[in-house]
Amino acid sequence: MSRIVESRWTRLADFWSDYRQSRVAIVALLVIVLVVLMAICAPLIAPQDPYNQATLDLAAARMKPGETGPGGYVHWLGTDAAGRDVYSAILYGLRTSLLVGVSAGTFALLLGGAVGLMAAYNGGRIEALIMRIVDLQLSVPAILMALVLVALLGQGLGQLIVALALAQYAYFARTAHGAASAERGKDYIEAALATPLPASHVLFRHLLPNALPPLMVVATVQVANSIALEATLSFLGLGLPLTQPSLGSLISNGFQFMLSGRYWISVYPGVALMLTVVAINLVGDQVRYVLNPRRSR
Amino acid sequence: MTGFFIQRLLQALAVVAAMSVIVFVGVYAIGNPIDVMIDPASSQALRTALIKRYGFDRPLFEQYFIFMGNVFRGDLGESFIYRLPVTSLIFTRLPATLELAVCAMLIATCLGIPLGLWAGYKPDAISSKFIMGLSVLGFSVPTFWVGLLLIMAFAVELGWLPSGGRGPVSDVLGIKLSITSLEGWSYLILPAFNLALFKLGLLIRLARAGTVEVMSSDYVRFARAQGLSEAKVVGLHVLKNISIPIVTVFGLEFGSTLAFAVVTETVFNWPGMGKLIIDSITVLDRPVMVAYLILVVLLFVVINFIIDLVYGQLDPRIRVRAAS
Repeated sequence: MSRIVESRWTRLADFWSDYRQSRVAIVALLVIVLVVLMAICAPLIAPQDPYNQATLDLAAARMKPGETGPGGYVHWLGTDAAGRDVYSAILYGLRTSLLVGVSAGTFALLLGGAVGLMAAYNGGRIEALIMRIVDLQLSVPAILMALVLVALLGQGLGQLIVALALAQYAYFARTAHGAASAERGKDYIEAALATPLPASHVLFRHLLPNALPPLMVVATVQVANSIALEATLSFLGLGLPLTQPSLGSLISNGFQFMLSGRYWISVYPGVALMLTVVAINLVGDQVRYVLNPRRSR
Repeated sequence: MTGFFIQRLLQALAVVAAMSVIVFVGVYAIGNPIDVMIDPASSQALRTALIKRYGFDRPLFEQYFIFMGNVFRGDLGESFIYRLPVTSLIFTRLPATLELAVCAMLIATCLGIPLGLWAGYKPDAISSKFIMGLSVLGFSVPTFWVGLLLIMAFAVELGWLPSGGRGPVSDVLGIKLSITSLEGWSYLILPAFNLALFKLGLLIRLARAGTVEVMSSDYVRFARAQGLSEAKVVGLHVLKNISIPIVTVFGLEFGSTLAFAVVTETVFNWPGMGKLIIDSITVLDRPVMVAYLILVVLLFVVINFIIDLVYGQLDPRIRVRAAS
């Protein structure tokens, strides 16, 4: 048992020593850690609870970045039309955005992984049918899929997560299917199938672990895509309302003031969104590079 | 080949039929359109009369068959909001979206292929790293956010270009277009560039990957050995050989450009099909939603069908696999 644990640790150490070759990827990882910490600690570090109506002061509305409000503290990123501190709103918005992104990504991973493995494991007509549906869905852009699903499911946090997961599971299904059907033909799976082990054991203990690395790469990118998609939907007015703010609804909220030069209400949430999404994508790129078996060492 | 063709055609028809049911039932499930259409204070008699007139009192499957029957006669219903036939509503908006999408594809091609060629030709140069960084941004930064930044820079701060709308259009063979006047271009250029960014990132990557591969091939070495100038080697031999995958992807991406136009049209208040569908979803204009969704499904099924056929033609193995 200890040998297995040890080999896992050395594999992780190997992975890390490859990963840190890229300075950009290190910075991106740090940005993600910082963003996640800020989101988790939002109630502790935000100067104001931006969605508690009682703490909002209209006298503090539309203040420029750096001005001191009636609350006695500096609004480093300014305030919006309702007197919300933009910095606090971003911290709370990050919570929603990350929650939506990570849960949608996880659900899509579970659903897509299961669908892809099932197809590869069963083969034959079932495989052909499932993968035909998956391919068809892959040809439709995710934004359109999500738009349709949100229109059909209605608005709300739960519906949004379901819509995003359904819009993106096909990427996981394709990847899991590809990896698993490559493994399917190998001797160790044939051997495992020849033993009286139940099919689920072969599926989850033998097939799944070997299909996992490419799925993890897709997962990182899809979390970033979920966050961006959610922001887009909220901006279009089909995502979350301002009472449940995400970065997208904050940007949408400030859009009308942008033309009159009050850029900060939507620009700073946008910068937070951009940093988060780009950082996750850069980390995903580096993970893909490190895990690529064809890479010359 | 005929068997393959029929099989694919039947599959495509099955998909369209299934999607039309899903769309119809799904759209039917979200709210009662009567509440949207009339004043809540109006009398019950008026309500019942309207419900009867639109057939909302009939069972759902009956409504579906009536709807599909009308679709086959080219009648997709009438918008609750605009009081116009949905088909004419969509076709008056279509030219604006197509104009935007075509301009975006042109911008993406004219910038993306040369930049990708350069990045593949000199993979280690600083400029190439910069180009690849740009392509990552084009991929990952949400379109609507870049649109906002463009508006802020060019419309609010610099004041060079209008912040939204379509501006003056002129009639070309009965189709209203912006590209005929300079002022029309000033409205078109920002949204078109915004819509182009994602494709630009994609094309840069494709062109670069192709160039890197082709540059190390024998015929490039021989072309150089012949004493051809570098410009000729790259412009003639490399460009020709990377163009096949690019053309394929280009065709595939046209449908998705139309889809992304939804976002860009909303940001720039561009009066196209995408803006129409977003407005319809927010006011629950059911006939427009159903018609738009069915048209989009049809569009993608047709694109897929054509691609299948072309691939089947190019690669006999796909035909054999499908037949067995």
